[in-house]
Amino acid sequence: MNFLTVTTKLLEGFWLSCIIFFFTLFGAMPLGLLVSFGSMSKFRPLKIISKGFVWVIRGTPLMLQLMIVYYGPGLMFGLTAFPKMTAVLIAFIINYTAYFSEIYRSGIEGVPRGQYEAGQVLGMTKTQIFFKIILLQVVKRIVPPMSNEIITLVKDTSLARVIALMEIIMVAFTYTTKGVIWPLFYTGVFYLVFCGGLTLLFGFIERKLDYFRV
Amino acid sequence: MPILEVKGLKKCFGNVAVLEGIDFSLQKGEALAIIGSSGSGKTTLLRCLNFLELPDGGSISVNDEIIFDASVPATQSEEEIRKKRLHFGLVFQSFNLFPQYTALKNVTLACELLAKDAADFKEDRKEILTDIENRAKLLFEQIGLSDKLYFYPHQLSGGQQQRVAIARALALNPDILCFDEPTSALDPELTGEVLKVIRSLADKKTTMVIVTHEMQFAREVSDNVLFIDAGVVVEAGKPEEVLLNPKEERTKRFLERYSNA
Repeated sequence: MNFLTVTTKLLEGFWLSCIIFFFTLFGAMPLGLLVSFGSMSKFRPLKIISKGFVWVIRGTPLMLQLMIVYYGPGLMFGLTAFPKMTAVLIAFIINYTAYFSEIYRSGIEGVPRGQYEAGQVLGMTKTQIFFKIILLQVVKRIVPPMSNEIITLVKDTSLARVIALMEIIMVAFTYTTKGVIWPLFYTGVFYLVFCGGLTLLFGFIERKLDYFRV
Repeated sequence: MPILEVKGLKKCFGNVAVLEGIDFSLQKGEALAIIGSSGSGKTTLLRCLNFLELPDGGSISVNDEIIFDASVPATQSEEEIRKKRLHFGLVFQSFNLFPQYTALKNVTLACELLAKDAADFKEDRKEILTDIENRAKLLFEQIGLSDKLYFYPHQLSGGQQQRVAIARALALNPDILCFDEPTSALDPELTGEVLKVIRSLADKKTTMVIVTHEMQFAREVSDNVLFIDAGVVVEAGKPEEVLLNPKEERTKRFLERYSNA
């Protein structure tokens, strides 16, 4: 049980954590936009469904959602369970869609009416107003809350162990049965490096957008 | 022939009637000042002219062509309205410059987007864009901000931002330029520079509708004054008449309140 073998084992676990992370982002970022449009819709039924969805998902623990997605189909309907990774991705994408949708909504609603109106009186089409005027202002507004949420996601990936998916912490935890604790500390290094990289990336984006104020 | 003719314009918000049949007309090259207390409907009137609100009744004609008639739905489609809008320019109380663009780009953006729709844009792209930019630079000379072309809105004072907003509205060569209380959001020491620009436009016979609280300025710059109260035109006429010798009791009371303030 030398340093190198532990590192290799932990890397295998971390690889799964990374898969959860990237696929969740990939799925939840566009879906969140759809749900945010639903939440802002003037069509009441759609608005109620979207808001209800966000309330339920944000109001219950991700751990519970994970258990329900994994054990639910079998225990409730006698179906075969999803593969572990699939179950994790379904639960994570649903959960993060709800959070992202609220960030998008606040970003879009935060753009003053006057910006739309200025575009309108200059004869721009709705599409031009959205892409030429509104979008970048929304992006600038949502970068700080999104970076927060995305960094939370890095650490949330460790919840996958409740359905025994061998992500990095679960791998490290197996060593404690042999009376060794340092691999657990070692996992912290992976998270710190990963989150550090993200922090640098978001800092870079924020600086790129620093040339104007909203 | 008046360049603008407004007949029986009505607007309600829910059960509240804000405009109850406004009539007025405007000759080419004329500056019309609209005065009235807050809530009298003057801003709503201006927003109706620019179709930021759709009037519930009445009609608007420009150069003898009816561009909006509340009883003819065909004049109310989004695409129609977008084109008709270009007869009017609007300068907002709160400037509403686009924060992510330089002062110059704020002025050229709408022209560029319109030019892209034109058939010959692809071939003459460079030429057209240079032309737009040169015209914008002339406007910056007019507003006295040639040294601020590449400044972003947040780097400009309120007065400078409002002058850029005026240039932005002028860039599309509207038939009628509207001002919605252009100096109300400014510190007192910055109103002068904006009023000076508007005054120079009046000297050049730009057709304008100005909603304002600056009575002194209204008297100097306008050819006609419209006093609006509770959604109707109470008194209209030459500034000397309406502002100095008002006939209507309501106008007198309004002006008294103003001179006391």
